[in-house]
Amino acid sequence: MNKPLLHATNICLAFGGVVAADQIDFELHEGERLAVIGQNGAGKTTFINICTGYLQPTAGRIVFNGRDITGKTPRSIVKLGIGRSFQLPQLFSEHSVQQCLEIAAAARGGRLSWLTSLSDSVKHKEILETLELIGLREAAHEVAGELPEGHKKLLDVAMALMLHPKLIIMDEPTSGVSSQDKHGLMALVMQALDERKVTSWFVEHDVDIVSRYATRVAAWIDGKIAADGAPQQVLAHPKVQEEILGVTAC
Amino acid sequence: MNFDTLLLGVADGISYAGLLFLVSLGLTLIFGVLGVLNIAHGSLYALGGYVAASLTALAMRHAFDSTPWLFLALVMAAMLVGLAMGLLLDVLLLRYFQKRDPVIQLLVTFAVFVIFEDVQKLIWGTSPYAAGEIVSRLGTVELFAVTYTVYQIMVIPGIALASYLGLNFFLKKTLWGKQTVALTHHREVAMAMGVNVKKIGALVFVLGAMLGALGGALAVPVSSLTPGMGAEMIVVSFTVVATAGLGQITGALITSLMIGLARSLAVYLLPEIDVAMPYIIMLLVLLLRPNGLFTVAQSRRI
Amino acid sequence: MKLGVFSGLVVLVLLAIGMAFPWTKTMLIIGLCYGLSALGVAIPARSGQVSFGHAMFACVAAYAVAFLARAFPQMDGVVLIVLATLTGTLFATVLGSFVVRYRGIFFGMLNLAVSMVIVALLGKLYELSGGTDGIRVQRPEFWGLVTERSEFETMLLFISCCIALLAGWFYQRFTQSATGEALGGLKSNETRLEYLGISAHHILWVGYAWSGFFVSLGGAIFALAQGLVTPEMGAWTRSGELVFIMILGGSSHALGPFVGAGVFQAVKLFASAYMAGVWQMLLGFTLLAVIALAPEGIMGAWLAYRSKSVKGARP
Repeated sequence: MNKPLLHATNICLAFGGVVAADQIDFELHEGERLAVIGQNGAGKTTFINICTGYLQPTAGRIVFNGRDITGKTPRSIVKLGIGRSFQLPQLFSEHSVQQCLEIAAAARGGRLSWLTSLSDSVKHKEILETLELIGLREAAHEVAGELPEGHKKLLDVAMALMLHPKLIIMDEPTSGVSSQDKHGLMALVMQALDERKVTSWFVEHDVDIVSRYATRVAAWIDGKIAADGAPQQVLAHPKVQEEILGVTAC
Repeated sequence: MNFDTLLLGVADGISYAGLLFLVSLGLTLIFGVLGVLNIAHGSLYALGGYVAASLTALAMRHAFDSTPWLFLALVMAAMLVGLAMGLLLDVLLLRYFQKRDPVIQLLVTFAVFVIFEDVQKLIWGTSPYAAGEIVSRLGTVELFAVTYTVYQIMVIPGIALASYLGLNFFLKKTLWGKQTVALTHHREVAMAMGVNVKKIGALVFVLGAMLGALGGALAVPVSSLTPGMGAEMIVVSFTVVATAGLGQITGALITSLMIGLARSLAVYLLPEIDVAMPYIIMLLVLLLRPNGLFTVAQSRRI
Repeated sequence: MKLGVFSGLVVLVLLAIGMAFPWTKTMLIIGLCYGLSALGVAIPARSGQVSFGHAMFACVAAYAVAFLARAFPQMDGVVLIVLATLTGTLFATVLGSFVVRYRGIFFGMLNLAVSMVIVALLGKLYELSGGTDGIRVQRPEFWGLVTERSEFETMLLFISCCIALLAGWFYQRFTQSATGEALGGLKSNETRLEYLGISAHHILWVGYAWSGFFVSLGGAIFALAQGLVTPEMGAWTRSGELVFIMILGGSSHALGPFVGAGVFQAVKLFASAYMAGVWQMLLGFTLLAVIALAPEGIMGAWLAYRSKSVKGARP
């Protein structure tokens, strides 16, 4: 059994009286496509925030790719190879799609130029390739803030991809997108991730998307992981059915 | 430096803190509820003072010159100025420039301030006005063998304290007050539940403006009115508001006292930096607590 | 016509005006100083952080000129400008290291506070700084030439124009560089910046130091032009004027602050000649008008107009 890509042990965090993370032990292996399901407020996003450095746990340890990342800032964690997209896409709303990717590419390079223009300081080919991969080639010069929701989601993922991460964490990648477009969007994203060989971990509410695209599912209830394993198994678990999927026993 | 001078400094400080608090209260109220940092508050202070001086002069000329009448004139001046300016700012900021960047809104208030600086000069001229009549009428009081004016040591702080208690009562116990609080902390929910944003917004602007103008009106008997008094007061009020934390009302009370005392005592103890005291205090506080002394934690954004 | 070429032409026109009407030279130089300083204020403003204390850098640089000129009367004018600008920039770099931790109104207020402390100290420490009367600055030599007032002004005007062109060029390059665009990104989304691995603190610091550089440059030249430095130069009202000029002209192109400075000077001149006592009011109304009608400033409106007429009506 090879070493996990991400390994969290005994992660705890409480906000006032609410326990957001209750002694979480969690492992993620390279190549996995993990879907995380659970009610709102169950702790899914909080755990992501902890693993990406936005929040500090009160206890526990997180190891990523052999490095201890507990307590590190989002900036350092990102540089170590974790990319992230958000529930509400975090874009540079006044820049164009292409410029957003250029800033991401420049960021990967380390030192940002003072005199060389942004577009000259990055590899144009790489930007085009990513635009092509994520299906935003035509929208390259649109202003990010004015994009339709689906494109915003794609751009959010693309920006994370520009950093060549080993792991990408996506918080509700299809939320806010119409049911018609959900599958198309997810297929596009997953294809891009496969091509770049990026392990994925995504939070999702849509059971169809989960069963179609995940290789593993973790179910969160009240700050704890209640079930973890193959999608069919977890989705059929009685507690999951009751608490998350809203199916009551007859 | 003897005990008497110290007491004098403290008395000055308390009086100054009272005025400072009234202005800062209005400022922090407007920011807390509406998110607008109102530079024109300085104009409110100045206009409150000038109008108060004119009204008291008018009252005296028409034989309404007993102390209560003069006092009423002061308060009325504040109410009038507050109402007029409050509504003006409300229209400008909450209707016309509503959707703009907060910095742009700040600049709008800066423009209004700058305009009124000249309006003051046009109406009242540039020579200093003095209207110390009320102070001498109310007489003096002796504490620890040092003589203070009743006005300085009781009237100003008294009114400041009364305003604080009054505002707290308003916010916690009255319907409109509770709606104001709801709007500040839970804007969308409040709007969804039918809180009339426009009405509350106008109310807050007028209330805040009246407090600022009251500060200016009360300052009339103890300082001379000159162009630029608004500018000085607004900058120091900002330091109070920023040091206390934006929107913190009780915090503003404590901070006004702190900064007022520090400033006054510095005149006697550290005259080289007395003018700079408020800024030094703000610098030190913000270095340790970047969001102000009394601000509570912010909610998560992602 | 490219804006760079246009700027060059403007400079030639300014020089021509200066030669034709010698009494305008000081005014033109001061206009360029305001433009340079406003260029400085524009840099943090583009990342959403507006400082209400940036005039302090002009003040620090100006006093550096005064102290140096007093101690070394033989020092060349250009050397004075260089050293004073370096002093101001160094101060900005040191101050910037902690001031850029703050955002929004706190950033603005902190800058204000520091500037007020400096102004207060300069006003009170009479022995050192001449108090509120300030310090006179003797006309220095330029490249070994001792000059009369008129020639001095001509040289200073010429030097200021060259510096303004260079400064404009650098501003354009900087704002379009990776750092510059990242600073623009910071305004819309600081979280995303951090999640790309960019240190917001670092780029803001870099921007702040450069902004200090431009403001100091303006202040150093101003000291030589006016021949007098006073604590007033660092007052919050001056900082407010710089912000106003930046908004008026627009910060999307280097020409903006200079256009803003020009209009500002013109309004002041016009108002003091015909409507003394109301120039502040005029300025206030102008600011309101610009904010309401042309939020990107005069240059912004001009650029928008040009792109619309070039591309034709766009859906």
